[in-house]
Amino acid sequence: MLNLDTSQVTLSREEMERFSRHLILPEVGLEGQKRLKAGKVLCIGTGGLGSPLLLYLAAAGVGRIGIVDFDVVDVSNLQRQVIHGTSWVGKPKVESAKNRILEINPYCQVDVYNTALKADNALELFAEYDVIVDGTDNFPTRYLVNDACVLTGKPNVYGSIFRFEGQATVFNYEGGPNYRDLYPEPPPPGLVPSCAEGGVLGILPGIIGLIQATETVKILLGIGTTLSGRLLLYDALKMTFRELKLRKNPATPPITQLIDYEQFCGIPQARAAEQTEIPEITVDELKAWMDAGKAFVLVDVRNPSEWEIGRIPGAHLIPLPQIENGDGVEQVRRLLNGSELVVHCKSGARSAKALKILKAAGIEGKNLRGGILAWAAAYDPSIPKY
Amino acid sequence: MATKILIPAPLRPYTDNLEAVEVEGSSVGEVMRNLITRYGELKRHLYTEDGKLRNFVNIYLNDEDVRNLAQGEDTPVGEKAVISIVPAIAGGL
Repeated sequence: MLNLDTSQVTLSREEMERFSRHLILPEVGLEGQKRLKAGKVLCIGTGGLGSPLLLYLAAAGVGRIGIVDFDVVDVSNLQRQVIHGTSWVGKPKVESAKNRILEINPYCQVDVYNTALKADNALELFAEYDVIVDGTDNFPTRYLVNDACVLTGKPNVYGSIFRFEGQATVFNYEGGPNYRDLYPEPPPPGLVPSCAEGGVLGILPGIIGLIQATETVKILLGIGTTLSGRLLLYDALKMTFRELKLRKNPATPPITQLIDYEQFCGIPQARAAEQTEIPEITVDELKAWMDAGKAFVLVDVRNPSEWEIGRIPGAHLIPLPQIENGDGVEQVRRLLNGSELVVHCKSGARSAKALKILKAAGIEGKNLRGGILAWAAAYDPSIPKY
Repeated sequence: MATKILIPAPLRPYTDNLEAVEVEGSSVGEVMRNLITRYGELKRHLYTEDGKLRNFVNIYLNDEDVRNLAQGEDTPVGEKAVISIVPAIAGGL
């Protein structure tokens, strides 16, 4: 059980009324509510997972909440990031979240860190808090959160999502396993699509985020059985919860210091390899080709659902999975008939992947830098940013 | 005897979008080998070139990580056994 000092914590009459449904629960009671008020929780990310869990941690009476996020609210966030509202679009997420938390519970102390979590600020930040909640969206930050939790001895309440599926567990709690016991290494960049590329059902992070909130509150209260040692898998389409055993892996090397996580996840290497392998074309050059009436074929490798949102004039839709299974390669070959090839996707990652496959099949082409998002920003504001 | 293998969303493009497939085999290793023979593209996503399971993918026999089983991949699959492939996912925004 976490060592929380409640000797100096008092609850006012208004707080007693506010938290009365907790106070009458024998498992929480006055002492439990004081533990929540004495508790300090740091949430990394105020996105899909962070949004719902922060709302409930605030409402539950957690006394001090730290939030780390460098981003601003975008209109495409509002489908799932329920702590943010329309009037906050364009403003820092941490400020938006703080405003909402204080509206729910003015007794909460909110610390905002409008910055990215990095190896040079993580340990100092984590040391201030009792529980760390991982609501990030990328592998480098997830390994950083894990390692910093291990080095500072903090429990890491973990959740992650993909399309309709989610995972949740508690790492590094009371001698239990950590993220490196589950996955010693991250996948190479580009192998697993991100939510921005692959999409996500807006409600899904709500479910996973609230499982994280539940585990956080249980850890602070010291009640129940946490997910430590168990990996919970949730499938929204089938509406199933499954549980897998998660053990310490004796082969996992001990974590002794923070490292360069971008490097560990192969990101600079992948970027450099892509640039040397696949030639690029800018949206300005593409526009000039179009205006000059140059003969070329433009292939869009996004999914049909993205094609419905908007498209570049003259593009041919051949989704990446078709290129991966070979049919699309032949379609491109037939279309080309000697002219030059330009391939694009949403922002450039999937088209680079497609061009690599095409290159292996003897077809050279150029990658549209920044994808349709760059095109929309420069030449076609009617295409929705998604 | 066929064993059910649950395929996670990120790998379904390589299994004709099936979320579960039934594959013959007497041990976990044999079932997995038959799986990647049937769905060739899966192989490079699950195994390294020298045939080692990749570090960001776990295989479970029922609820136990195959790495933690005394016999590992040679563990016999019982009747009604379910094999799950669980890759790392990072989404959260």
